[in-house]
Amino acid sequence: MIGFLKRYEPIWLFVHSPAAIIAAIVALMILLGAVFAPWIALVNPYDLSSFNLFDGLLPPVWQDGANPKFLLGTDDQGRDMVSSILYGARLSLIIGIAALTIAAALGVGLGLAAGYYGGRFDAIIMRIADIQLALPAILTALLIDGIARGILPAAIQQDLRVAVLTLAIALSLWVNFARTARASTFVQMNKEYVQAAIMMGQRPSRVMFVHILPNILGPLLVIMTVDLASAILLEATLSFLGIGLPADSPSLGTLIRIGMQFLLSGEWWILWIPTLFLVALVVSINILGDFLRDVFNPRLR
Amino acid sequence: MLTIKDLAVKFPSRFGDVTAIADVDMTIARGEIHGLVGESGAGKSTVGAAVIGLLSAPGYVAGGELTLGDTDLRSLSEREAHAIRGDRISMIFQDPQTSLNPLMTIEDQLVETIQAHSDVNHSAAVKRAVDLLEEIGIKNAAARIKAYPHQFSGGMRQRVVIALAICTDPELIIADEPTTALDVAVQSQVLDLIRRLAKDRQIAFMLITHDIGVIAQIADRVTVMRNGRVMETGETQQVLTRPAHPYTRALMDAVPPLDRRITRFRVPDETEMASPGSTPDNAAERWLLEGQQHDLTGLTLEEIHLSFPGTRTSIWRKPAPFVALQDINLTIRPGSIMGLVGESGSGKSTLAKAITGLIAPTSGTMTLGDRLLPAGKARKRHDPSRQLIQMVFQDPYSSLNSRHRIGDILSEPLWLYGFVKDAVERRALAAAMLELVGMAPDAIDKYPHQFSGGQRQRVAVARALLARPRFLICDEPTSALDVSIQAEILNLLKDLQSVFGLTILFISHNLAVVRQMADDIAVLRNGRIEEIGRAESVFEHPKAEYTKKLLALTPVMPQSWNL
Repeated sequence: MIGFLKRYEPIWLFVHSPAAIIAAIVALMILLGAVFAPWIALVNPYDLSSFNLFDGLLPPVWQDGANPKFLLGTDDQGRDMVSSILYGARLSLIIGIAALTIAAALGVGLGLAAGYYGGRFDAIIMRIADIQLALPAILTALLIDGIARGILPAAIQQDLRVAVLTLAIALSLWVNFARTARASTFVQMNKEYVQAAIMMGQRPSRVMFVHILPNILGPLLVIMTVDLASAILLEATLSFLGIGLPADSPSLGTLIRIGMQFLLSGEWWILWIPTLFLVALVVSINILGDFLRDVFNPRLR
Repeated sequence: MLTIKDLAVKFPSRFGDVTAIADVDMTIARGEIHGLVGESGAGKSTVGAAVIGLLSAPGYVAGGELTLGDTDLRSLSEREAHAIRGDRISMIFQDPQTSLNPLMTIEDQLVETIQAHSDVNHSAAVKRAVDLLEEIGIKNAAARIKAYPHQFSGGMRQRVVIALAICTDPELIIADEPTTALDVAVQSQVLDLIRRLAKDRQIAFMLITHDIGVIAQIADRVTVMRNGRVMETGETQQVLTRPAHPYTRALMDAVPPLDRRITRFRVPDETEMASPGSTPDNAAERWLLEGQQHDLTGLTLEEIHLSFPGTRTSIWRKPAPFVALQDINLTIRPGSIMGLVGESGSGKSTLAKAITGLIAPTSGTMTLGDRLLPAGKARKRHDPSRQLIQMVFQDPYSSLNSRHRIGDILSEPLWLYGFVKDAVERRALAAAMLELVGMAPDAIDKYPHQFSGGQRQRVAVARALLARPRFLICDEPTSALDVSIQAEILNLLKDLQSVFGLTILFISHNLAVVRQMADDIAVLRNGRIEEIGRAESVFEHPKAEYTKKLLALTPVMPQSWNL
């Protein structure tokens, strides 16, 4: 078994790449922390009754005046930073992964079809993609946010903030998937196995999803990891600018925005700790993405 | 002059060093053309790379001697080796498309090389470059030297590559498959040029090739390699006609002769590779025979004309169409094999695609049996011809989906055409079919990449058969394969054709292969049929000038050598 694992190329490469190992450990720890946040966090930052205003603005444990109960200190409301970050990361990851799933489904589907049918259909899809690419993600998000505010009743708007944000991020990310899927599909269309399938009279959907899709998964997986980082960053940006999530259900971006107020007041941890955490998360995902790209593209090794 | 003794090359890998070649001995004298033959993976190119000192990255010379004249090539420093490359040893690569810099004129490339190796001024270098081009047979060289590589044809480009190789007056040229990418007419010109250079300039050539015909034509001596070891070496005529080593004998048996038709190739390990028919009661064979509507199905093409939209040169004018096929009239008799030959770009594959419905002819009618074949997109997914016509493609590495298991690939036609409803039965039938095409049934759970090219081509044939076809198109089914594998696949196709009464359109650029297979022959050139007729009469008494030329230029063993 061990012998088999050693021979399996990606695992061998992984074991011999310290950067990938560190990145994987960091990403895994953050992921586990986010998943199990409700069980391991000291307080629930969404629940006002679980924290105390008197614990406010306590520094991390290695500074004077700290309370050992709060490992990384507290913010002005008395919320434990560790708990806020874990819950924030949880929300950031949920939004990121959900947006990514929508973007991938939409982009891969359209890209495959554009590559398969070619011609006018391809031209239309790709022009739409170009227009989408010309709109900054923030603008898309503002647009969707505005529309949602306009058509949804005020009562459910707050509940749907997460959905609106997810949709906005998905809409600005699908283009990557569509372009990659289309380009890879073009390459596969010239392969004889695809011609054989078409010739035999297979349904287009079967040719696309059963025959072509498994062969273009490699580059798509790479896009997926890199775009997960983009999605998380985008969510942080939107929340930081106040378009995203409100202060009572903080994601990492919201935490950073709250921390901004304390940038010059000496309570550095409220800003810096969530920021460093976000950087660690994004960088480790990006390193994993680079590693995956190397695995799938042996020529770059 | 070049002496190789006990040469060994190893490639370090994470599972220890892999020996690529070992115990290679070879001597090449001045003016000698030394052929180096072997099938893929034999280590031919590695020998060449070791001599010129360009082994690809982790590979290294692990032992032996390499001497050129009185220079020990192994003891050279990086700098000295660099000075010798190009100066005393040159190289000609396979593909003239990629061995010239597309952004530099021919003049710049030649002058750069000349000045790198000798201390002459620019105008002297240009003069030498022009002389060289004249020498290798490029007319009006003084004007043409200003051209870029893409303005030359493939053969001209290969000449320029040769000019680059000889512009420093080397003692030895390593030619790695120099004519493999070229059509026969161009190939014979390039071979003539090599022969002339060896004679006039006394350049020694190491000619690496897999084509026995090429070796027979121009090599003085030949070395046969297999699995990184030398099997046999000696005078070309002696090695090819009276091979001493059993491997050479097997190799020669597998080479299809151009001047006669043999019923079956002698394949050495026929016991290991079960041939169809050796299992008399095969489930797949019974299944195929029972589903056969016993009529044989022919195909008739009438006045087929096919053109592609050309490149637009002006926004006002409609682009002139590119004519790929015109006036194609072809009748493939039921149950016969029609050989379709032609050089690259003659429209062979386009014709195959038109028959399969992948592209639509501009005009003309196609009739399969007694039914009209709808063209291109007009052919619905459920059209019966989708099942009756199947195809075996050229490249077995791309014609099987690498993410699907062999069992899934083979079950697909059974499922698609609704032949077998039960998945377990489909699997059993697929396994029986693997046996029928000479493969172990346990291959069913493996992926295509676990098999060699020949085995994959067997799987491709099996997939085509499982659709219960009546008409099979084989588009260069063996040109990506080694000769011994080619012999096996050709045997297989012949056997299956006779058992199941298939009608086959066999497309190839290799006249010798077509001769072994076809009952009728159509010769295609620039989208037109030059000649069509019974195979024997086309080969024995060709009528069209073009056919005569093709037959004359195909490299074969000289008549006088025949036993």
